[in-house]
Formats: sequence, C-alpha cells, structure tokens
Amino acid sequence: MTDSAARTAGWFADVDPDEFDGLDDRDAGDARDARDGSTVVTAIREGQTETPQDWPTLAVDDEFADDEAAYYDRLHDATMAATRAAVTEREAADDRQLVHAVRAMDDCERTANELAERLVEWAGTVDPDAGTGVSFARELARGDHELESESEPITSLAERVVDLADEAADLREFVERQTPTIAPNLAALAGPVLAARLISLAGGLEDVAKKPSGTIQVLGAEDALFAHLRGHAPSPKHGLIYVHDAVRGTHPDERGSAARAVAGKLSIAARVDHYSGERKPELDAELAERIETIQARTAEDGDRGDSGGETDE
Amino acid sequence: MSDDLPAGVERHPFDGTDRLATRGDPVYGEPTDGDWRAWNPTRSKLGAMLELEMDTGLEGGDEETVLYLGAASGTTVSHVADFAGPTYAVEFAARPARDLLETAASRPRLFPLLADARKPATYAHVVESNVDAIVQDVATRGQARVALENRRFLADDGRLLLAIKARSEDVTRDPEDVFADVRAELEAEYEILETSRLEQYHADHLGVVARPRSQ
Repeated sequence: MTDSAARTAGWFADVDPDEFDGLDDRDAGDARDARDGSTVVTAIREGQTETPQDWPTLAVDDEFADDEAAYYDRLHDATMAATRAAVTEREAADDRQLVHAVRAMDDCERTANELAERLVEWAGTVDPDAGTGVSFARELARGDHELESESEPITSLAERVVDLADEAADLREFVERQTPTIAPNLAALAGPVLAARLISLAGGLEDVAKKPSGTIQVLGAEDALFAHLRGHAPSPKHGLIYVHDAVRGTHPDERGSAARAVAGKLSIAARVDHYSGERKPELDAELAERIETIQARTAEDGDRGDSGGETDE
Repeated sequence: MSDDLPAGVERHPFDGTDRLATRGDPVYGEPTDGDWRAWNPTRSKLGAMLELEMDTGLEGGDEETVLYLGAASGTTVSHVADFAGPTYAVEFAARPARDLLETAASRPRLFPLLADARKPATYAHVVESNVDAIVQDVATRGQARVALENRRFLADDGRLLLAIKARSEDVTRDPEDVFADVRAELEAEYEILETSRLEQYHADHLGVVARPRSQ
C-alpha cells in the first residue's frame, strides 16, 4: 500500500481539524449534537479498513496534528465523542423500540385473527365450503379458493387479513432479532418473544430488573392475583411465563415449582442485562439443571400409575 | 518466575496489607491511599495474572501501547491506562461502555471504542499497528479466533495476554478440554510462553501469555 493510500484509510483522513474546537464541550453535553454535526464522529463510527497502520506517524506527516501528543489528544476527544454518541443511541433506542414492536405485533396478530373470523362468517353465507382462519384468507387472496358466487368485498377483506398477518410476522422477526441485542441473557433464557413481552408488560428492561422474581412469576396474571388478594381464589402459579417450555412442559403438579425456578433465573438474567450487559451462558445451564430436577420428581411418580397426564402436545 | 511488575505498578500497603496498585483516579470504589489505588485481582484477570507472577512482558511507561479487547466497564483497563501509554479499549456492549466513558474521561491516553472484537476491520482505522501488548478478556464463544483476528495489531515482539473463560466456550464441557482446544487453535499464529489457571481468583479461567509466530 502506498503512503497516500494508507493515509486515506485512517480515521482522520477526511476529518475537518476545525471541528475539534468545542468537541470537548459537546461531548460532555448533548451527544446528539456531536452525532449530527460532526464528521469526526462519523469517521470513527463508520470507517473501516482491513489493515492497521502507524496512524500517529501518518497523521503527523499529513499535518493533521503537530506532533504525536497532539494527535493522541485529538484521538481521545474523537473516540470519547463517537463512543458517547454510539452508546446514547443504542441505549435510548432499544428497549422502548422493542416495547412498541412487541405490542404492535400482538395487535396485528389479534386483529388479523378477529378479521379472519369475520371473513369466514361472511364467506360462509355465499359458499358452504369456506375454510377457517387466516389460512383461509390466504387461499382466498391467492385465488386458490374460488367462492361459489364471486364477491369482491369479501376477497378484498381477505387481502387485508393477509397483509396484517404478514405485518405481524415481520414484527415477530424484528423482535426476535432485536431482543438478544438488548437483553442477551433474558432472551436466551426466555426466548426472544417472551423476553420482549415481559419487558413490555413491566414497562422496560430496567423495570424487569427491579422487580422481585415473585412479581415476574405472575406478570400477566393480574386478574387471578387480585382475586387471590381479595381472598376468594388460590394464588396464581404463573403468568406470561406459562408459555416457557420449562413451565408448560412440566407436569401440572410441579408447575408451581417450575414457574418459581424460571422466574428466579429470568429476574437474574434481566439484572445482568440491565446492569452489566454481558452474556452469562452459565445461567442457561443452571436453569436447565434445576428444571431437570423438578421434572424428575413427576417422572418417578409417573412410572407408578399416573393416568397419562404427560401428553403435552 | 520473575517479580518484574511493569513500571507504574507496585505493591502498596493498604490498611497494613501489600496489594497491587497503580496511580490514577479511582473507578470502582477500590481502596485508595493518596494517588495509589488498589488493583483487585478477583475483579480483574490481568490483575490476577500479575498477582500470580506470570511473566506478562509488560514494561509500563508512556511509550507502551496496548490494545484491550473486552474492556467492559473499564475496571482493568483503567489500571492499564494508569501504567501504560496509549491504550485502546474495545467493548461491544453499550451498557458497560457508558461506565467505560467515565473511566476514560480522566485518562487522556485511554481511547474507548464501541466495537465488536470479532470484527477488527471496524476499528483498524483507529487502532494503530504494532502495539506492544494485546490484553484480551472477552466473554464470547470463539475466544481463540478473536486472538487470531487481532494478531494484525500486534508487534512481532509484542505479547498477547489472554484470559480464557471456559464457560463462554461451552458450559457443559470440562474446562481442561476447552482450554486444550483453545490453545491448539492459538498455536496457528501464536507461540504460547506461559499458562496458568486463575482459579484462586476466577473460576474456570486460564491465563495465557503468548507471542506471535514470525510469519
């Protein structure tokens, strides 16, 4: 690589040296300004090159800085501003975006199902062979199913249902992709969608992290919980986390234990995600081990004449 | 075994016990004595490696350049910046990087970067070539590959100081097997000079000192 080619690969190549006046103030204050206004921040965050060079020497040769010390001073200002902008952006975006995405996903799914029911009822009046649900809407929209008497409004409604179902699927994909970057441990333990629902119901990742595990255990079972507190119902064993394989896959007699164990690990995972952000794979193993122990209890009993209650889907 | 601590790192008495220490702004509520701040080996893998008297080859001083992979919230890298020269700190997660920024604010030769250590091309335009040491403490799968990928930054006589976390590779396997695999993979481009279990301070970790093989 020639010297000039090497220089253009450095972060300082296209940076306006004047920008460093006042970068310090901005980086202490509003990261948004630094992000929008500065080629420095963009250069650090978005630049790429395969091979590192002796940047300090090249920058001095290039008259970007008077000497090595001045170069390092600028590098410090630049990396501070760029990293602050990146951190602010990642942190501000994430869990709020996720809450909206998972709520929109649920709304789309629910609405698609409701409209599909309406569609089926309507289509049944003109065609006795009408199918059911969203899959029937798809057949209609694709033209795989011809109604006995053609009805334009019914076909049009079917198309809307399909669009909504597709939107819900896209949102689910988004949630599955985003949750692990925001809450890596919670997503790994609960699955991305359940993790996102817990964050949504609690109000944010920080709120999940600050809840006791007993609350996480019954999140989503508020009606049952308050009925219990009023004194005319047993306490709920599980809320949202019922859909977790470790809870649903456990014999009903032991589901309370399983739900307690899952909620405990999920609350630890949420705390790690919120306060450190580091992935801790040992949590997965600990939960798996605990659930195995719990499920082993009923497996033993089951051998002694359980009336076939183990048929879980 | 040598007890040659890098310049700027000393055993300094805190409440009557000698502990590793460097001079700088306190970061994580560690005990201080004047300028000196204690370096807690149970919270820092590099600290544990020094405490166990591994020969890290670190010299200290303003001329020494360091690339630190997996800086997290800056606990260890703050000590490195205290005794070494220009120090590049790479961290992938946003939350700890926020704390890292505070650590870096009072250390003019500590350069924080929010980047993925598995993708050196995303920071090779900032981090200079021929650094004297790479310190690696990343809790991800594929720790050997991270070391191989970042070989490009290291001077031919530089040192790789690596803390391998067995549980990050595979929680279910015996740590010794994991370490053997990681070492075998490292051998492709590094010559391993010394290894030591950090058990006393960090469960299931292996400290490794290596130097690049001449190409």
